[in-house]
Amino acid sequence: MPRLLDALKDAGIAGLIALGLAIPIWSHLTVQKPGGLVLEQRWWLVAIAVATVFAGRLVLNLFWWPRRGAAAGLGRQVARIAAPLAGAEKWLGPALIGLAILMPFLPFSNRYIMDLAILVLTYVMLGWGLNVVVGLAGLLDLGYVAFYAVGAYSYALIATTFGLSFWVCLPLAGLFAATWGVILGFPVLRLRGDYLAIVTLAFGEIIRIILINWYDLTNGPDGITGIPRPSFFGLEFKRFGDNTFAGFFGLEYSPIQRIIFLYYVILVLALITNIVTVRLRRLPVGRAWEALREDEIACRSLGINTTSTKLTAFAIGAMFGGFAGSFFATRQGFISPESFTFIESAIILAIVVLGGMGSQIGIAIAAVVMIGGFELFRELELYRMLIFGLAMVGIMVWKPRGLVSSRAPTIAIGKRKAISSDLVGEGHG
Amino acid sequence: MSEGETRAWERAPVLTVEHLTMRFGGLVAVHDLSFTAGRGDITALIGPNGAGKTTVFNCITGFYKPSEGMITLAHPDGSTFLLERLDDYRIASKAHVARTFQNIRLFSGMSVLENLLVAQHNRLMRASGFTFAGIIGLGTFRRAEEKAVELAKYWLERTGLLERADDAAGDLPYGDQRRLEIARAMCTQPVLLCLDEPAAGLNPRESHELNQLLLSIRESENISILLIEHDMGVVMEISDHIIVLDYGEKIADGTPQQVRTDPAVIAAYLGVEDEEVEAVEKEILQ
Repeated sequence: MPRLLDALKDAGIAGLIALGLAIPIWSHLTVQKPGGLVLEQRWWLVAIAVATVFAGRLVLNLFWWPRRGAAAGLGRQVARIAAPLAGAEKWLGPALIGLAILMPFLPFSNRYIMDLAILVLTYVMLGWGLNVVVGLAGLLDLGYVAFYAVGAYSYALIATTFGLSFWVCLPLAGLFAATWGVILGFPVLRLRGDYLAIVTLAFGEIIRIILINWYDLTNGPDGITGIPRPSFFGLEFKRFGDNTFAGFFGLEYSPIQRIIFLYYVILVLALITNIVTVRLRRLPVGRAWEALREDEIACRSLGINTTSTKLTAFAIGAMFGGFAGSFFATRQGFISPESFTFIESAIILAIVVLGGMGSQIGIAIAAVVMIGGFELFRELELYRMLIFGLAMVGIMVWKPRGLVSSRAPTIAIGKRKAISSDLVGEGHG
Repeated sequence: MSEGETRAWERAPVLTVEHLTMRFGGLVAVHDLSFTAGRGDITALIGPNGAGKTTVFNCITGFYKPSEGMITLAHPDGSTFLLERLDDYRIASKAHVARTFQNIRLFSGMSVLENLLVAQHNRLMRASGFTFAGIIGLGTFRRAEEKAVELAKYWLERTGLLERADDAAGDLPYGDQRRLEIARAMCTQPVLLCLDEPAAGLNPRESHELNQLLLSIRESENISILLIEHDMGVVMEISDHIIVLDYGEKIADGTPQQVRTDPAVIAAYLGVEDEEVEAVEKEILQ
């Protein structure tokens, strides 16, 4: 019975792994008793865990997997669900945009949903911005949150110091962030892969640490308070005053009005990001980014200045990050360096990778799933990270190149054919 | 051409390489190499493995900065470029030297047509007003892109790849990829086309078609071709001028007939003792 033997061996290994995991987690429990903490031994729990894993794996090995052709069965199903996504871009995109526009007027939307939608759209925008750098130009940037921070602090400082309005500060914030994108871009021009990732990671941390320590300018860890809220063509969202939105339109004041307004601001900003990115992809600079991701040496042999190509990618990605940052500042009314930690960069990068590098709609869906899903599991706080991790592992096993894993060519003589991700390069980082 | 008559590469060189030396640490890959390539000629650079051919290529196309020496490119309008002083991408964009690679370097995840449009990057970039005019959708860019697609179609037709225009470059069979790389290089509208082993891995029929393609490109486009090749069938059939390298030094320089009978070349290729050269030579001439 070689099959039984194999199955036993496999189940045994799984059991051993379960043992290794269960001992540190479950074998001892500290219990508060009179006279101090007491260690309670719970070896029975470890035994149950190991036995469950062993038996389960054995059953799977003997009865389930031979019929289903190993785990590939489930993988195929996942792939089948995700496959139409690639072709659905034609109708799915407009449908999602339509849904987004109607969102505030749908029966189920309330303040909580609108707040969540604003958060999701902020991440959609950040994901699309980072996609320029990581997905198109193939430069792995682990410090994207730095530009988000630059945008947020630019707006907060300019608005609180000079009293300029949100709409004047927004382009300035984008400009500052783009400048910092170029400043980061220069030293990392020659770096590739892991080295590029480490330097960008460090850059993100440097910006955050400067924000904490430059007390005179940034108010350090206390953050900046009283950041002005955006106005609707000069009409403010206040209960009392001369120029209020509610007063002008003869509406009754409600705090939801400002939330809905903010929602549309971020929706428009995100859509602008999308339109600009889609257009850039069809312009020579966008093609050069993608060519750079595919083969940098070939690019240079064709007379493409790879330095300026990389810098434009960093600058434009950073600019969108800066826009999103100043929106974040005006929405919160308060910012502190705590909002710009590495985990933010990691989440944005995860959105880009899960969505399928380079795919606009994939990134939007990934942002909805990740940020929305994160909120959905708020009740199960303990297991949130576990589910998140499981989803990541699942996607990496079955859709290693993200939800939308094919690339659409930017131009065609006849019919546009999607290009399989097996052929598309991942860039140097 | 009879002896004594001046050759194209002496009369009107497009490329002049003088005292080129390339050292990698203690290793001298190319030592004091001088040669010229004539305008409108197909010049072949041959030699055994490790002779330094690709190093010479990388110096000409700017991927290496030579340790010593001067490389001059003369355009038909009389302007000259000192290639050893230019960055690699400027050699392609300003001096108009295009190249292909020994191990094919296509943008495999992009379509065939996109590959050829990337090759016209600088022209399209100017037409798109360095992106600013393009992003708001001005007509100048659209027209420039239409022209670029026309040029791409022209080269796809010449290389027999028009049907595959919308396929991923990485999906093409090997021989097609080699031709696509040449088409891509030609889309940069070069003055000098440098081909690094274009016939490597091709079967005899494909390699014959490649010869025809190179000859027709030289005929119709009025450009000069510099190629590295191991396939002697290709070299002897199409080149006007052959330079033979061995251990980083030039051992022969002349027409195919001259090089074929050069004892030093035979010795380098067959690795015979000096005394045996004559015997070998006789054998070949028979």
